[in-house]
Amino acid sequence: MFELIKSKQTIDFMKYAKPATWFSILLIVISLGSLSTKWLNWGLDFTGGTLIEVGFDQPANLTDLRETLAAAEFPDAVVQHFGSSHEVMVRLAPREGVKGQTIGNQVLNALNAADFGNVDMRRIEFVGPNVGAELAENGGLAIIIALVCIMLYVSMRFEWRLAMGSVLALAHDIIITLGVFSLFQIEFDLTVLAALLAVVGYSLNDTIVVFDRIRENFRLIATATPEEIVNQSLTQTLSRTIITSGTTIFVLISLFVVGGALIHGFATALLIGVGVGTYSSIYVASALAIKLGISREHMIPEVVEKEGADQDPLM
Amino acid sequence: MLNKYPLWKYLLLGFIVLLTLVYAAPNLYGEDPAVQVSATRGAKVELSTLDKVQDILKQADISPKSTILENGQILVRLSSSEDQLIARETISSQIGDGFVTALNLAPSTPGWLESIGGSPLKLGLDLRGGVHFLMEVDMDEAISKEQDQMVQDLRAELREQKIRFRGIEKDTSATGVVLRFTSQDILNNAVDYLKPINPGYSFQEKESSGVFYLTVAMTEEKLKSSKEDALQQNLSILRNRVNELGVAEPLVQRQGLDRIVVELPGIQDTARAKEILGATATLEFHPVDSETDVSDALSGRIPASSIIYKERSGRPVVIKKKIILTGNHIVDAQSGADEYGRAQVNISLDSKGGSKMSRFTKDNIGKPMATLFIEYMPTGKKKANGKAETEKRIEVANVATIQAQLGRSFRITGLDNAAEAHNLALLLRAGALTAPIQIVEERTIGPSLGQQNIDNGIKAMVYGLLAVVLFMFVYYRKFGVVANTALIFNIVMIVGLMSMIPGATLTLPGIAGIVLTIGMAVDANVLIFERIREELKAGKSIQRAINEGYSNALSTIADANITTFITAVILFAVGTGPVKGFAVTLAIGILTSMFTSIFGTRAIVNALWGGRNDIKKLSI
Repeated sequence: MFELIKSKQTIDFMKYAKPATWFSILLIVISLGSLSTKWLNWGLDFTGGTLIEVGFDQPANLTDLRETLAAAEFPDAVVQHFGSSHEVMVRLAPREGVKGQTIGNQVLNALNAADFGNVDMRRIEFVGPNVGAELAENGGLAIIIALVCIMLYVSMRFEWRLAMGSVLALAHDIIITLGVFSLFQIEFDLTVLAALLAVVGYSLNDTIVVFDRIRENFRLIATATPEEIVNQSLTQTLSRTIITSGTTIFVLISLFVVGGALIHGFATALLIGVGVGTYSSIYVASALAIKLGISREHMIPEVVEKEGADQDPLM
Repeated sequence: MLNKYPLWKYLLLGFIVLLTLVYAAPNLYGEDPAVQVSATRGAKVELSTLDKVQDILKQADISPKSTILENGQILVRLSSSEDQLIARETISSQIGDGFVTALNLAPSTPGWLESIGGSPLKLGLDLRGGVHFLMEVDMDEAISKEQDQMVQDLRAELREQKIRFRGIEKDTSATGVVLRFTSQDILNNAVDYLKPINPGYSFQEKESSGVFYLTVAMTEEKLKSSKEDALQQNLSILRNRVNELGVAEPLVQRQGLDRIVVELPGIQDTARAKEILGATATLEFHPVDSETDVSDALSGRIPASSIIYKERSGRPVVIKKKIILTGNHIVDAQSGADEYGRAQVNISLDSKGGSKMSRFTKDNIGKPMATLFIEYMPTGKKKANGKAETEKRIEVANVATIQAQLGRSFRITGLDNAAEAHNLALLLRAGALTAPIQIVEERTIGPSLGQQNIDNGIKAMVYGLLAVVLFMFVYYRKFGVVANTALIFNIVMIVGLMSMIPGATLTLPGIAGIVLTIGMAVDANVLIFERIREELKAGKSIQRAINEGYSNALSTIADANITTFITAVILFAVGTGPVKGFAVTLAIGILTSMFTSIFGTRAIVNALWGGRNDIKKLSI
């Protein structure tokens, strides 16, 4: 049998609970600090404006492109490589007094008129300022609704101390993921928002696996302290935690490396989220549950006579 | 104890796997380059059209794979994309007016698969290339027009009854008009007469310093239905304009109360598409004021009932403000030639428009009538409610002399050439809008990027899958192979289900969702296998360990997946476009992975090891 974790001994995770708590607090403070000063580098979806992606036969010289565009009355154009040196992304803020939807074609015409060889139109996006604001509003709404629904589900399935622990762990993961996006000013667009919600799902998934075990062990072992129970549960689920995070990170790296530039933000958000989520299900969710004072009494279920309990399960 | 599944469970599993396999199969067949011929307004694709297309192709020496007439369209499948381009050119130059030819890719799904409803995955615009527009209807303008109409109608109704009023104007603060009367009695008369014949309006009286005001306003329902009408009208006009673009499989769909989504797959010349779609315009027929001299009018001596506008060439024309007819009564306008070969435009009106036109032209034979083309250009400024302000630009499209009393269908003759006639017909058709619309969001993906997105997505999927499969095999050996089998069926099932569900489209984030599912789907098996290992270490028998491994892990797996499913559903409900695509594959992926990794692997495990008492060691 090939095993990642050979230890027969229970690992004393909770010994490091204190430094881990401080570490988490530090990360959150940094994230909130960055978010409050730099906020996020909002993508076109949220700010509105125009974006044009073009491909060239040979590597593009950005300075020349900027000059061409400045001469064509687009001095405020943000010009950068996108994906490779042959591809260039031009981004323009919403303008007063100009039909937003015609800007994309004007930029293309300007590039075609200049001597850059064959210009391949790859993508034009125009988002009106109102639409951008609406998308941002809907996105925020989605996250809040998701958190509320999950809170309801978890508190229905688990004792409130565990529910509280898992939801706080979620908030921890989202804040830190956003913090990284803010700190490094990675563009935040709609796909990143979707990834953030996927992080919510994933991180909770991890926490629930641990909590299920904690609940089971509390019922099984009558004499252990809550710390011992938590340590034992974490040890038992550790190899699963590592393997699942591992396979998920495999596919995310694959997405990040070969998935193309359009999906970079998405993969980045999930990579950070899965990493932080794995850590938080150990040190945030479980440690918090102990702090909130879980004990054996909370886990003993009321005895319910179940119909068909004496029969074989379906699967 | 032994782990055995009854036969029906295997049959059920086999049936479900086979079903999704069959529906995933159409994705294996490629696509044929094709040319699609459809009719615009006024024409119809018939069997004779099909014969004509076949003749044209024969003459051009192109042998198509097939030509079929289906859903009022002709689809010509060709063997190469060179043939496709030639075929399109020859057909569109020879088929004549009223038909549109478009390039398309037709899935070459075999007949038997098609007959059971099998079709390949529908790809989103980010994968196949094309334009996505979100357009917004200017409801303020629609209401303002409705008010203009009310002013005209009420004035006519009161005059007919000889009820005298001091004045009538639009109520700027509300959605109605204000009438002024000199006495309460006259006002009462007016209310008594107007109220029963104007349902859908509320009447309010007010007296201030000897003037009696009557406010006639639209009720909430009337307002709602007016806005709905404006949206519906825009929808149908956009559908027609889109048809004129000659795009295969376009989508025109309402979104919410005042927005319309237009998707044009495969379009590359977005500028032209925008010109045609975005030219928000209306049309009005006015009498020409021939009594006022143009030079007098230019120097300011112009009656209050007239106004001066210019033709495209710059020539000024004095027009009466009175509207004979607005463009929304136009049903169709086609360019053509009269018996002497001179260019003309044939116009058809709806019945209301026909009677209006007939009433006016009866007394005005021999007098000129002008067609005004009114465009709404966004000024870039904002109105108080945050919507973009539009500016009216009015141009005289045509001045024609009324030759006879006109009815529902009439023609404008005396045009300079065929091109002018064609343009006027296009303007007339396009000009039938009551409320202007404008593009508030655009996403255009070039064909090269679309293909690249597909390639990247598939590459990411393959590499991710390889890594996971390899790891599972190394770590869990034979059980790993079982999990991998389930994982591969999982992907086939996602593709099968996505192909089966009408309206489900695969987007780039959707592919990302499938890739993510690959990574997360093995979680259920990891949970189960780890549990089996634990039970084995605890000294349980092999069969007992398998059984308890599965049953103990079940509730954990369910809990963990339900929460992810909740987020997927919320994403679908709240998200737009690309986010929705991700949500769909994520949700489907969760369902299929639960099925394959619990039910599917258990079936295999039971079949391989469950029925035997002679196993000493599990390869796990």
